[in-house]
Amino acid sequence: MIGAGHAGLAASRFLTDRSIDHVVLERGDVANSWRRERWDSLRLLTPNWQSRLPGLAYDGPEPDGYMSAGEVAALIDRFARVANAPVRTQTAVTSVRPAADRYDVTTSAGGFRCRCVLLASGACNVASVPGVSAGVPPSIAQFTPFDYRNPDRLPEGGVLVVGGSATGVQLAAEIHQSGRPVTLSVGEHVRLPRTYRGRDVLWWMDASGLWNQRYDEIDDLTRARRLPSPQLVGTPQRSTLDLNALTAMGVALVGRLATIRDGRALFSGGLRNVFALADLKMERLLATFDEWARATGRDTDVAAPERFEPTRVPAASPLQLDLRAGAIRSIVWATGFHPDYGWLDVPVLDEKGQLRHDGGVVDAPGLYALGLPVLRRRKSTFIHGIEDDARDVIDHLAGYLAGESALASRA
Amino acid sequence: MATMAVNNGVNVQALLDAREALKGAPEAAKFTWKASCKWQNGTHSESKVKGFFGLGQEQAHKTETSFSADHPEIFASEDKGVTPVEYMLVGLASCLTAGVAAVAQNRGIQLRSVESNVEGKMDIRGILGIDSDVRNGYDDIKVTFKIDADASKKEIEALVAQSQKRSAVYDVITNPVNVTVEVV
Repeated sequence: MIGAGHAGLAASRFLTDRSIDHVVLERGDVANSWRRERWDSLRLLTPNWQSRLPGLAYDGPEPDGYMSAGEVAALIDRFARVANAPVRTQTAVTSVRPAADRYDVTTSAGGFRCRCVLLASGACNVASVPGVSAGVPPSIAQFTPFDYRNPDRLPEGGVLVVGGSATGVQLAAEIHQSGRPVTLSVGEHVRLPRTYRGRDVLWWMDASGLWNQRYDEIDDLTRARRLPSPQLVGTPQRSTLDLNALTAMGVALVGRLATIRDGRALFSGGLRNVFALADLKMERLLATFDEWARATGRDTDVAAPERFEPTRVPAASPLQLDLRAGAIRSIVWATGFHPDYGWLDVPVLDEKGQLRHDGGVVDAPGLYALGLPVLRRRKSTFIHGIEDDARDVIDHLAGYLAGESALASRA
Repeated sequence: MATMAVNNGVNVQALLDAREALKGAPEAAKFTWKASCKWQNGTHSESKVKGFFGLGQEQAHKTETSFSADHPEIFASEDKGVTPVEYMLVGLASCLTAGVAAVAQNRGIQLRSVESNVEGKMDIRGILGIDSDVRNGYDDIKVTFKIDADASKKEIEALVAQSQKRSAVYDVITNPVNVTVEVV
């Protein structure tokens, strides 16, 4: 297993259950990215009762709360101990290379030869920063979610946050509250209320079975896998952090950042339509929940259906900002993440650098993956989503090993 | 939904097949659209459109189409055709309308009528050079659709939203594009 996050450790647990000899290689410490690569205020989008791992349910005092990054790290630590996972920390993988019917794995602490390799190194190793950032004037400080910690580390003055998914809306809100005027550049996004009919919106995703939808039942899997994270934040108030909430705070909304030309950021004039698309999709989703509640007789367990105000279109939204004029002093790129496979010397990446896999079974014998968006189910990248995926992938892996052994014994 | 009975005259299967085919052939997907323009007199010009490039080779429309462009008499012109900025409105409306039909077909929605009005607001102090703070082009464009179809209001709104999302003209109007103008 490469990576001792929740995915690698869940896989380890199922391998241990089957008495399959394995090792979990970790470049740093268990749950490394939760310890070192998250901003200070980050909390999970999922409520605590959903933060369960195979054989480890949430047993704390606040089932409806949301874990901080430190609490997630502690949870994963505890899971590593409960699962008795054979983790080698401070062991960074530098290459994985096919060698006949095995893989040679080189690390900072020696080499391994193994029959199977499972990639559980995460989907968010590198911040995806668009190429237009090359045109940002040198006077502007630039941050990604990896080097952003809190607003105090930003220069005084205006901030342009690029990206309207969970990261973008959360950082826009907290930076704006620090007294730095924020402009948020918004492209296509996923709008969700924090609670719906009195329940966490992710309760609905779970209970209605939507999150369990399998990858091979989804019409447009490529699109589902590229879907940005929903505009949600985990706070004690369980408040909604959609664009209307940001507008009410005083955050200025502009269209998708199209390019930077001669020091000017140019924004799309299509803001209305990205609002309309997000509003329509949210309404369709909520109607699906209502229909499920009716069909399953849950209507009386929950509050009455709610409908939300359409996203308010700003009266005047600038189509360009002069980045040399001084109003903007820093830019935060909340434009997504991608995995780092620089160490993977196996030809299994497509032309866009994505892993070619079928539900975590990678396009090379004995190579597997976990923890990628909609790997096997819509819930794949959420903490609780790993259990079913890890079980399925380890089932396949065990079958592969058994097949290989059968071949070997016949030979 | 009675998908089989729906006929908006759009061959969605051909479009979906093309999408699949071009996934593996990105070079064939590179198109060049062309027009040629000839000055007549004053602000009057005649443009012709026939050939284009795509699927790896030169292609052509069945017939050549001519477009007269001019300015109205209140601009001291002879008004031998519509203004170039009006052609942009034609481009936007027709692109969105084609999108509505294609998306409706794909979603199994029978259209009965699709009509739209387009209005582009422009402050001509820009093009006249009266005030350099006023831009030359449109500062606001509004398209209003009236659609009669076998669908709810929300479904119709979703059709129009999806059509904008996939419209080439909407994209090129709302986002900047590099433009090279040279003399040979």
